[in-house]
Amino acid sequence: MTNNSSAVYVRHLRVVRGGRVVLPDLTCSVAAGQVTGLLGPSGGGKSTLIRAIVGVQRVCSGTVEVLGRPAGAAELRRRVGYVTQAPSVYGDLSVSENLRFFARVLGVSPGAAAGAIEHVDLTDHAGSLVGRLSSGQRSRVSLAVALLGSPDLLVLDEPTVGLDPVLRRDLWGLFHRLAAGGQTLLVSSHVMDEADRCDRLLLLRNGELLAEGTPQALRERTQAADVESAFLAIVDGARQEAMS
Amino acid sequence: MTPRITGAVAGRVLAQLRRDHRTVGMLLAVPSLLLGLLWWMFDGSDSSAATFDRFGPPLLVVFPFIVMFLVTSVTTLRERASGTLERLLAMPMGKADLLLGYAIAFGAVGLAQSGLAVGLTVGLLDMDVRGPVWALMLVSVLNAVLGTALGLFVSAFAETEFQAVQFMPALVLPQLLLCGLFVPRDTLPDVLGAVSDVLPLSYAVDAMQQVQLSATWTADLTVDLAVIAGSALLALLFGAATLRRRTA
Repeated sequence: MTNNSSAVYVRHLRVVRGGRVVLPDLTCSVAAGQVTGLLGPSGGGKSTLIRAIVGVQRVCSGTVEVLGRPAGAAELRRRVGYVTQAPSVYGDLSVSENLRFFARVLGVSPGAAAGAIEHVDLTDHAGSLVGRLSSGQRSRVSLAVALLGSPDLLVLDEPTVGLDPVLRRDLWGLFHRLAAGGQTLLVSSHVMDEADRCDRLLLLRNGELLAEGTPQALRERTQAADVESAFLAIVDGARQEAMS
Repeated sequence: MTPRITGAVAGRVLAQLRRDHRTVGMLLAVPSLLLGLLWWMFDGSDSSAATFDRFGPPLLVVFPFIVMFLVTSVTTLRERASGTLERLLAMPMGKADLLLGYAIAFGAVGLAQSGLAVGLTVGLLDMDVRGPVWALMLVSVLNAVLGTALGLFVSAFAETEFQAVQFMPALVLPQLLLCGLFVPRDTLPDVLGAVSDVLPLSYAVDAMQQVQLSATWTADLTVDLAVIAGSALLALLFGAATLRRRTA
């Protein structure tokens, strides 16, 4: 991966949350125009890394550079779309009221709101109160908000949790269409079978980057049948190294 | 600050309220009902008109203040807890946009609320007011905005809605006791008098008494209004300081 094709650079990032070192010293990058999967077990630091990239995480040391600017810079707020793990939308407003509100905040046209709803396949529910939707539908509303204004970088924290297989496939299809259109996506997941849907992977465990590369390269390196086995092989390898 | 974004926040807060018929009903009706109850309480006594005239105007500012404080602290806390605040602060949204949007929306509710309460007390219940009725409204609305601003501020220190509600007796009731409603402020013990001098509700109650007793605008009234507006602005600034784009 050459440096000038990266949308995000993280160098020697150290984050401590509530007295616990979540990311001791992390260095990694996210390739521009691709779908990068941020994979690893829960509690491994995925959300913290995502929050640092979006610029809402207080960090101890290290640098995070996003689209050529320091993470959290004011001019990035329009160029980075962010979906938190819990759907952050208003339950007492309808789907389209939510989208129209965030569209006004971002200064994009109301037409973009309708387009975003269509992207996540909720047009039939546009008039429904978000609080009455299923949890999977709610998280898609939250995703639609992040799509507003076609941000250059989309950072999605576990967007496919709790979705049925058909919807998951559709969403991954959407992610790749967006990447084909030039947007960069960083998608976290703790479900390893989503790994093969990504162009590139970052495997994160206990705040450390276990591996990065294409799913195929990871499988070949570990001679594993799938990324889950590759992940386990890398973990075991690291353990043996530590013991010897 | 961007007027478009401030307007979007105010519109959104009002849209959320519109959905919540019960809250709107209570916001609009409760102060008027309480003032009606007050009038009825003194209806049998000899000095009924005088007593209602004494308690009516101060309560016209106290009720909106309490109601707005409660509604705003809980609403803002919900915004912090649901993650929408983090999302908004990751967008091109100024902190002032958010706070002013809230203040405008709840200020509008405060206007409707005091319009009803003033209409009831002055129009139907014959509360004796020498000053202009619009001055009553102005003090009342300013006070509703002050309640909103304080509610925004304390929501930063509450982790649950239970805690937010507890701030009401902790922060509002002492102001109510010391504002001159029960004991005239100049007859309070020195220490309490000094404390009441720095509590904004004291000035609101004083302003209402000024409007009630004087047919013309007084210098004291100007000072009172300036103090109330200044306190609201200060609370909004403190509130802005509690909104952090980066959190641990």
